[in-house]
Amino acid sequence: MRILNEVSLDVYEGETLGLVGESGSGKSTLGRTLLRLYDADSGKIEFDNLDISTKNRRELRPLRSKMQMIFQDPYSSLNPRRRIGDLIADPIRIHGHASEREIHVRLRELMDMVGLSHSFLTRYPHEFSGGQRQRIGIARAIALKPKFIVADEAVSALDVSVQAQVINLLMDLQDELGLTYLFIAHDLSVVRQISTRTAVMYLGGIVEIGMTDDVMHNPAHPYTAALISSVPSHDSIMSKSPRIKLQGDPPSPLMPPSGCRFHTRCPFATDKCAAEVPFPHDVGSGRSVACHFPIS
Amino acid sequence: MSDNILEIRDLTVGFRTEQGPVEILKGVSFDVKAGEIVSVVGESGSGKSMTSLAVMRLITDPNAMISGTIRYKGRNLPGLSAREMRKLRGRQIAMIFQDPMTALTPVHTIGWQIAEQMRVHLGLGAKVARKRSVELLGKMGIPDPERAYDRYPHHLSGGMRQRAMIAMAISCDPAILIADEPTTALDVTVQAQILDLLQDLRREYGSSIILITHDMGVVSTIADRVLVMYSGRIIEHGAKSDLLDKPQHPYTLGLMRSIPPMTGERPRRLPSIPGSPPLPGKRPEGCSFRPRCEFSFSKCSAVPPLYRCNEQFAACFLAEHGSHQWQRNLAEERTAK
Repeated sequence: MRILNEVSLDVYEGETLGLVGESGSGKSTLGRTLLRLYDADSGKIEFDNLDISTKNRRELRPLRSKMQMIFQDPYSSLNPRRRIGDLIADPIRIHGHASEREIHVRLRELMDMVGLSHSFLTRYPHEFSGGQRQRIGIARAIALKPKFIVADEAVSALDVSVQAQVINLLMDLQDELGLTYLFIAHDLSVVRQISTRTAVMYLGGIVEIGMTDDVMHNPAHPYTAALISSVPSHDSIMSKSPRIKLQGDPPSPLMPPSGCRFHTRCPFATDKCAAEVPFPHDVGSGRSVACHFPIS
Repeated sequence: MSDNILEIRDLTVGFRTEQGPVEILKGVSFDVKAGEIVSVVGESGSGKSMTSLAVMRLITDPNAMISGTIRYKGRNLPGLSAREMRKLRGRQIAMIFQDPMTALTPVHTIGWQIAEQMRVHLGLGAKVARKRSVELLGKMGIPDPERAYDRYPHHLSGGMRQRAMIAMAISCDPAILIADEPTTALDVTVQAQILDLLQDLRREYGSSIILITHDMGVVSTIADRVLVMYSGRIIEHGAKSDLLDKPQHPYTLGLMRSIPPMTGERPRRLPSIPGSPPLPGKRPEGCSFRPRCEFSFSKCSAVPPLYRCNEQFAACFLAEHGSHQWQRNLAEERTAK
């Protein structure tokens, strides 16, 4: 089964690239493959002008500190039997060459950065709310001063009032530390808020990528347009564009449709779409669309 | 009022724990009219799901303490026998859940499960029940309903399972459908289809729907009336357009501002509410939103009653004399845009 199908993608230094798409589109797989948590069958991944796709585990190790991940549910990635301080110090102990004294100072610095009290360092994960746990997960991810962070549905499990705090925190940290994010989420309004550019995935491929405002306000791919028009939004009752209704569910990646993978659900599909695979092409201002008949 | 199909008064639910009694719901009162879509919004732990479980009498924990009245067409549900309640549940009041697998058994085909419901409640014969089940599956937008009838839940995708569960819930034409986060686990394109379906239900069968959700977007799409819950209480309620346009409770306002907008300028920073919702055992005295509220003042150490502001009600001392200054600020902010 092919989960990702010939994906080509650049992430620019210092940007946040939002990655949206429905479940099963391959967003998480792409994020994890970029970090070499999964191995690609073919293709090349360069990080900092360095080909990392052929490196073995030992060669990858020094690079791991430069690329980190933030998960949806930090609780499942925090060992319940260990204290917060130890959990955050782990990556530093494993990768860094810091003395315990330096670690002590660094832990307090990290807690300040993510807005948590120093006294939390001696407590256990179950004592914290979802928002606080996500802050702990973030502290751990930035402990080694990484350059690139993959945030996989990092705010999806949080209540809206807390979600806004964590989005603000991620944006502040980016400014302070010059981080680059790949921000994976199914919530388009969250992606719109945080992303410089946005990529839209459907069934293992990127169908559209461009500046967030362009993609969100003038989608060129019919799937992007359908996705955006389906978002029930509380602030746009008046200005909402007519909904493009999609029939059925996304097809299984076990049996992807021929030609354009979206043609079975696309309201504008023609015979050409069933026969020929559309390749991504530039439609101006840095936007690329994989569609035979993009919306202009 | 006679057109209320459901009247809930002073519903209080608590649990005996080792640390003493913990109240989850405190004095919840509201009405549902026939054919109305009422949305209950709130964050995790606000008590919205507990309210629906209480109405269905599905709180079976022996340590639960439930008081208050729940009148359905004049009958007080807590006073009914288990047998009478069983007749009502699924027939008069049906429920759909976030996860369809909690409502569907994996050992029978979905068609069998829908048909069984109609055989038990409506006394239909096997053949008629089968025919009606197939019709229902088709109406729910399931392709090839004849074949879908004989499939097991694990054969279907999440969206299709959700449809099968809705088909089952409405098979006996219930007067009230309680939908607890019915679209939360679904993708947006499928969510939009399910929301259409719920609206069709109301139109075709005149069912009342209680929609429990945390998503303000969903609320604005289909609700007639909105109840906002916080810490086990209803803190604001009113017609959808009033409530979304002119929230009277600072929590409702904060909740709406925390959602990143889909249109217009992107804010450099999202307005957010500090802290997080309190755990049921650790709720503060007085107004439970006080520690997170930017407008709190001396009066807030008492529990505010629901004050009336025009056509909506808010449990906030700021609403005691109608709209407050922040309301006018908000209006200015809107016109400036």
